[in-house]
Amino acid sequence: MPVNVKIPAPLRPLTANLSEVAVENAGTVGAALEELSRRYPALKDKLLDDKGALRRYVNLFKNDEDVRHAQGLGTALKEGDRLTIVPAIAGG
Amino acid sequence: MKTAVLLGAGGLGCPAALALRDEARARGLSLQLVIVDDDRIDGSNLSRQILYTAAEVGLPKAEVAARKLGAVARVARFDASTAAALLAGADVVLDGTDNFEARFRANDEAVARRLPLVHGAALGWTGQLLTILPGRTACLRCLFEGPPPEGSVPACAEAGVLSPLCGLVGAAMARAAMQVLLGAAEAGVLSRWDALRGTERPLAVKRDPSCAACGRVAS
Repeated sequence: MPVNVKIPAPLRPLTANLSEVAVENAGTVGAALEELSRRYPALKDKLLDDKGALRRYVNLFKNDEDVRHAQGLGTALKEGDRLTIVPAIAGG
Repeated sequence: MKTAVLLGAGGLGCPAALALRDEARARGLSLQLVIVDDDRIDGSNLSRQILYTAAEVGLPKAEVAARKLGAVARVARFDASTAAALLAGADVVLDGTDNFEARFRANDEAVARRLPLVHGAALGWTGQLLTILPGRTACLRCLFEGPPPEGSVPACAEAGVLSPLCGLVGAAMARAAMQVLLGAAEAGVLSRWDALRGTERPLAVKRDPSCAACGRVAS
């Protein structure tokens, strides 16, 4: 059973409009993003900066846990986990 | 008498102000609503900025909205030089502004003054809401460390925003502000809407002890 990555609506144009992408063999959050970026290359720049760190205006939740409060991109994942991408939005 | 300060009388601010004013009236709660916006009504606003009509295009949003709701108008830009005056006396602040700079400023100024803040945002099909009780619950910078560089994330002016979603998020902002005023805030939880699918799981947001805005605000 893979890890399920939830893609928010603003980023779905970069994932062929998929709202959820199943990622296999992702032991950490960073590995899941790497695999996701391999399949959808345009996504990488939206999530990670030049140094490979999570951008400051994007957050990730492993199930219900903010990964910044865990081990960031090193946070361990197991099969069946849900990884939710939460982008900052500002419209009003 | 309670005072609510609304920053931004646009797509979120219009339904939020209307619902908050009416709910306060229905409950017999004496509420002064202060509406802050330096923008003027544009014809392209009318589908979602429900307080305005075509005949009012070109008029200041804050003045028109305040006149219709019995509120106080502040035709002013919310920035470092005006924040203190605009937020004076607030029991709750509602942020319905339309750009990252204003949103992080609203967060930082409200946190510095320990004012409860209802942050609502919408873009395209996506909506978010976070109630912030400074010193007690996570602020916007605990969730996102800072704004993106200008131009890297579309603003609503470029990406648009679904009009019915503005009604949903704006009404939720009014509900959240009323909860603050009644001492029953549901803070520290990020509510999310995906208007393509309905609501999404709320996410608990924890305080970041090293947060640049609220890390030094005592509990």
